[in-house]
Amino acid sequence: MTDPTRSFGHELAAALRAGEVSSRELTQAHLENAERQNHALNAWLSIDAEEALRQADAADARIAVARVEGSEALAGLHPLLGLPVALKDLVSVAGGPCTAGSRILEGYRAPYDAHITERLRDAGAVLIGKTNMDEFAMGSSNEWSAFGQVSNPWDLDRVPGGSSGGSATAVAAFHSPFGIGTDTGGSIRQPAALTGTVGLKPTYGRVSRYGIVAFASSLDQIGPFARDSRDAAALLHAIAGRDERDATSSPVPVPDELLDIPAADDEAAAWLEGKRLGLPAEYFVKGMEPGVEERIRQAVDALEGAGATVEEVSLPHTDYGLATYYIVVPAEASANLARYDGVRYGHSVRLEGGDFIADYLATRGEGFGPEVKRRIMLGTYALSAGYYDAFYLKAQKVRTLIKRDFDEVFESGIDALVAPTSPSVAFKFGARIADPVAMYLSDACTLPANMAGIAGLSVPCGLSDGLPVGLQFIGAPWSELELLRFGRAYEAITVDADWRRLEPTQLSIADDAAGPTPSERAARLAAAVA
Amino acid sequence: MAGLTRSDVEHVAFLARLALTQDELDRLEGQLNHILDQYAKLSELDTSAIAPTAQTIELENILREDVAAPSLPVEVVLRNAPVTEGDFVVVPPILAGESS
Repeated sequence: MTDPTRSFGHELAAALRAGEVSSRELTQAHLENAERQNHALNAWLSIDAEEALRQADAADARIAVARVEGSEALAGLHPLLGLPVALKDLVSVAGGPCTAGSRILEGYRAPYDAHITERLRDAGAVLIGKTNMDEFAMGSSNEWSAFGQVSNPWDLDRVPGGSSGGSATAVAAFHSPFGIGTDTGGSIRQPAALTGTVGLKPTYGRVSRYGIVAFASSLDQIGPFARDSRDAAALLHAIAGRDERDATSSPVPVPDELLDIPAADDEAAAWLEGKRLGLPAEYFVKGMEPGVEERIRQAVDALEGAGATVEEVSLPHTDYGLATYYIVVPAEASANLARYDGVRYGHSVRLEGGDFIADYLATRGEGFGPEVKRRIMLGTYALSAGYYDAFYLKAQKVRTLIKRDFDEVFESGIDALVAPTSPSVAFKFGARIADPVAMYLSDACTLPANMAGIAGLSVPCGLSDGLPVGLQFIGAPWSELELLRFGRAYEAITVDADWRRLEPTQLSIADDAAGPTPSERAARLAAAVA
Repeated sequence: MAGLTRSDVEHVAFLARLALTQDELDRLEGQLNHILDQYAKLSELDTSAIAPTAQTIELENILREDVAAPSLPVEVVLRNAPVTEGDFVVVPPILAGESS
């Protein structure tokens, strides 16, 4: 087959079964892209080529056995068998690094596999490496990684979004057909939008978080990246479902229809007939880029033209989402990150004099970066004596109102909301780094779904100024299948659009091993501003 | 809403067990106050009759049988510890007058 890195996962799965390519060949092709371009993109924090090829060979052996057994055995193979998956570097892989983008976990080796790692191993997927991220998933640009910025393959001077910027970039740049991210306030959907990939934040509780580095536990959720909705559905199917080791993982059944999302464009598009989409007025926020709004309105028109009805709806408490989020999240993060004390694992400072508090202060002062310190400070303050009612309790009550807004819309018969994923396209390095509130606004359209615990999907819907725009579908709890069908339908009705044939425009520059790294680009931009 | 003073910031940093440089304290004082200003927006809403939401899925009291199962081998658990002795993690002394 021609370059296997340009194929969707479902195409590769078919080619593997047809004997047109081996898992070793396609794994090697993806590894070559990743290794060649990591200098310029910095999407990967670690790549384990040897182990990946070992897993690929095991997959090839399973396919060979099935081929001897016959077509039924081939058809019964797992859809992810032999296919690469990029893991965000907060997913535990036994014996491997797991930095969460932080110095405080540099050198740490995960003692066990995360639940989703076990699931992916069972599926026979190829785990090629761990991807860059904002430290402890706190950020919207990947600029808060302790291990350097990630460049967006559409413009290497721009961010890929965050916090799962490495996984998004790996999938956008053809280093892997599949990626895993986590989404606490938009950390899958926003980078998916900014890199032109598909990203799904499942319902809270859909995927077990056992073995994932915790950030804000009442919101964190794991989800897939891919280059189309069918692939995202297959990856979700592989990782979702109840796991006894995460008490918040839900027993709600995972629909097998995730594996049967129509391949035929006609059938996928026909599904839109009679569906009711809600257009939330509050998501067309001031400060939204006109080019983004234009693409979104165009996409909505296309959905309407294909048979869906679109009605304006209101989520009146949207405007309170940001303040609510930035109380709840730092509070939970400050509690979760209390575990990094330098005693059992991670970066550790032991000072002369045996004062253990001094040891903690120094360990954490050295180990954490600026955004993590800021959020720990905010959270500690918001939870401290005398302020709990004014901040945390108040925010939890407003959270009820935000959730109620969504409940009412879905109870009225709306099948999904349709909205922008991000109010802007990818921004330049440094553009928001000095102003935390400007950075936090990047998530204005994504974080309400996290506050309400519901599902959200971002799919590419064209370009503005040559940069990708993401269209967001937001659905009721456990509506992932419907959202992915909406995503698939949108792909089907725009299959002939010119922008669908475009690859990220600066991939060839990223091939230059002598070119600047993302950090060097960021420094150059900062110097130009100063 | 009353702003955070420099000594408030230092106090919170101590509560959070974060050693911060003078530079970091300077920057955080401004940034935290700017973020706290955004919080003030929530006071527009009357929430006196609203129940708080701590979690969004209706799962309660998840219980399972208390069955003994193998845990991680000691050497795997200890591999990440900065200081160990035999099968133990060496912790800093927490009682005054104790010597290590």
